[in-house]
Amino acid sequence: MPLQTPPLRGVHDERGAKFTEFGGWDMPVEFDSIQTEHAAVRGDAGIFDVSHMGQIHVTGSDATKLMQRLTSNDVTRLEVGDSQYAAITDEEGHIIDDTVVYRQPNQAGDPTYLFVPNAGTDEATHERWISYRNEWELEATVDNRTDEYAMFAVQGPDAVELVDDAADEAVDELGRFEAQYATLDDVTCWIARTGYTGEDGFELIVPWSEAESIWSTFDCQPCGLGARDTLRIEAGLLLAGQDFDLESNPRTPYEAGIGFTVKLDTEFLGRDALEDVHEAGIEEKLVGFQLIDRGVPRHGYDITNTESRVIGTVTSGTMSPSLEKPIGLGYVPAEYAEPGTTLQVVVRGQSKKARVETTPFIDTV
Amino acid sequence: MSFDIPDDRRYLESHEWALEDDGTVRVGISDFAQDELGDVVFVELPDTGDELSRDEEFGVIESIKAVSDLYAPVSGEVTAVNESLFDTPELVNEDPFGEGWMLELEADDTAELDELLSADEYEDQIA
Repeated sequence: MPLQTPPLRGVHDERGAKFTEFGGWDMPVEFDSIQTEHAAVRGDAGIFDVSHMGQIHVTGSDATKLMQRLTSNDVTRLEVGDSQYAAITDEEGHIIDDTVVYRQPNQAGDPTYLFVPNAGTDEATHERWISYRNEWELEATVDNRTDEYAMFAVQGPDAVELVDDAADEAVDELGRFEAQYATLDDVTCWIARTGYTGEDGFELIVPWSEAESIWSTFDCQPCGLGARDTLRIEAGLLLAGQDFDLESNPRTPYEAGIGFTVKLDTEFLGRDALEDVHEAGIEEKLVGFQLIDRGVPRHGYDITNTESRVIGTVTSGTMSPSLEKPIGLGYVPAEYAEPGTTLQVVVRGQSKKARVETTPFIDTV
Repeated sequence: MSFDIPDDRRYLESHEWALEDDGTVRVGISDFAQDELGDVVFVELPDTGDELSRDEEFGVIESIKAVSDLYAPVSGEVTAVNESLFDTPELVNEDPFGEGWMLELEADDTAELDELLSADEYEDQIA
């Protein structure tokens, strides 16, 4: 299958980016160096092209009902211009995907939502929404707009000022997880004070055809998926397909550490199973850890206890550019999840000492 | 993008270089290889006194995004390892043909070097 290309593939290539396949998309992984890009976002600001993220638009008199039944959080709490992080779960309560749901201004008097599924999942998610809408006989229009919108993230301590200067509106007045339509360079964009780095900043959903003029508006470090990964690991944020995967590593939101997205007083697919999990307690949990010995933890490495018995698996790991220490995330039995607990990670056959840490690993917004 | 390929040394298809001086062969990785890897954060090297065979894995280099094995260009005994890489692995990025060297071997047979790629041949390989 040919890779999907973001609208600015050529612009990034010209800038000297290296590319990688991610979720079926040919995306920039590195513009200068991961450490340079990472440091820019922690120190001042960086801009990411995240056009591989999906966009699904839902509107209609039953739009709220449809969103409520298919996501774990409580969408009825969203006023226009609010957003929330949520899990999309199956009937066993396992995470299919994680997403941010934005409540947009009503269309034709009906509640309207835009949500952002992960790369490569937009078609399956769109079908899921359509099929349940039909089954439940709800009034809602569901459009997959992934190919209509580019998406950029401007992140870092200076990002709010950069985006505010670029927008006609005073978008710096938006609080965390608030969003609005704003005009940049005569282009209407959906601008949200959200992100995936642990820093303050905005995500911009931009018409595909206007992507280049918006991208070039921002005079800051371009960043690839490499830095996006090191930044989100330091912030303790999950990567779909890696920290949870319905096929290879099915996990409930409680195990994955995002129980706060589960509102058991709402009705959604997976709710009953999750109530049982909530009452029984979880047996395994995602923890953050730091390697004390030299080495770099990587996805798939075994985690053992100090007697070298395998008790879990590393799901994400890197050499943290900010901390200059090897860090990772992985699932372990709940009795090993307490910060300070000593574990071992098996790196190429050698046991390396590790210690459970609280996440996020760094101070975040 | 163009890469440095000094012609005073020989190269492996796996991107190591070998520089011989009076029977001692210094080993590192090429400018192309360090650029492909990106920020080098960890290097694992053998101990001095270890015997290596030609094409044997002698260590591992890790960048933030990738893990790569390192291969011996010739057979011989390890006489020195660049311990400064343990604390400053970024030397591999900054100076791959100089300060970023990895180890030195007392070659069993320096004639083995003749079978490695010349700078021109290596340049063709990465072109």
